[in-house]
Amino acid sequence: MVQAGSPSQGGSTDPQTGNRREWPLFEVFVRSRRGLSHVHVGSLHAPDAAMALRNARDLYTRRQEGVSLWVVPASAITASSPEEKDAFFDPAADKIYRHPTFYDVPEGVEHL
Amino acid sequence: MTTAHATLRASALATYVLSLADDALVAAQRMGEWIAAAPQIEEDVALGNIALDLLGQARSLLTYAGSLADPPLTEDDLAYWRDERDFLNVHLVERPNGDFGVTVARLLVLSTYLRELYARLIHSTDDTLAAIAAKAVKEVDYHRDHATMWVLRLGDGTEESHARMQAALDAEWPYVAELFEGAQIDPSLVEQGVAIDPATLRDAFDRRVADVLNEATLILPDVRPAVTGGRRGVHSEHMGYLLAEMQYLARSHPGASW
Repeated sequence: MVQAGSPSQGGSTDPQTGNRREWPLFEVFVRSRRGLSHVHVGSLHAPDAAMALRNARDLYTRRQEGVSLWVVPASAITASSPEEKDAFFDPAADKIYRHPTFYDVPEGVEHL
Repeated sequence: MTTAHATLRASALATYVLSLADDALVAAQRMGEWIAAAPQIEEDVALGNIALDLLGQARSLLTYAGSLADPPLTEDDLAYWRDERDFLNVHLVERPNGDFGVTVARLLVLSTYLRELYARLIHSTDDTLAAIAAKAVKEVDYHRDHATMWVLRLGDGTEESHARMQAALDAEWPYVAELFEGAQIDPSLVEQGVAIDPATLRDAFDRRVADVLNEATLILPDVRPAVTGGRRGVHSEHMGYLLAEMQYLARSHPGASW
């Protein structure tokens, strides 16, 4: 729990031990309108998921950026590492047949 | 200016609108003191948003009240150029912030009351009040949610947070009764469906707050109401300091803009 009334920001300090008790980190995803997918917009700290959702509302939808919000504990995300970059991504470089460049997109199709 | 103020105080409608406006304005001013001082930067933004919502409500209400004066007054005339005895807010909103628990306790009380009030004012026969209420009700509903989240976590949290949350409630509770006093509202406004008799909001308020406190393992304080008088312009010793800070700039540099 947060040390109520603490003057310092960015995590409170335990008066007995002097340890900073950080809130866990959450990643925030916003869907800007119906038909689009949720997009990662940033991260924030919150004591739990319900509060994270509310903090996300205050931090990332102030200017009507979204109609739906997801928050995900950052610790639940498994990310590719920079060392694996070559093995992961380079083999796709010369496979042009994977790109949808061989047919015409019909007129009036958005978000493709 | 003096004549205009006199016509305001003589108008039952303007007096009612001013009491609503001053609750929101003074609550916003107090809430704004948390900016750069909240426990976490995320909470800093949340409290700042809430303060700005309240300020927005105050501005709409002050503008409306000012339009009822003869000659008309602006929102700035009313916010910056009235003295303490002309402010009609309740004592609850002018009390010092205390710790975060006190702010959360006060926000729960204020937002629960405002939620019930604005939900009824939507149906006011006064079109302007109804329109202001329609916008404000969604805002205060969110404030109530925010306060509820914190009361649950602090009340049902650690021994320390529980004790401080209960102490905060006990400290604020004597100032709850004043919210539901309707003695200063002209009865004809209530009869015409313009104003809401706040006493009729008390049952719903008590139910909602009791639900939150039960879940948060907190006890509804059993305390006597404090001696108040905010609706008559009689304020606590804290009000003068709050106004000094709020009004200083406008009075030092009249008409300044940027």
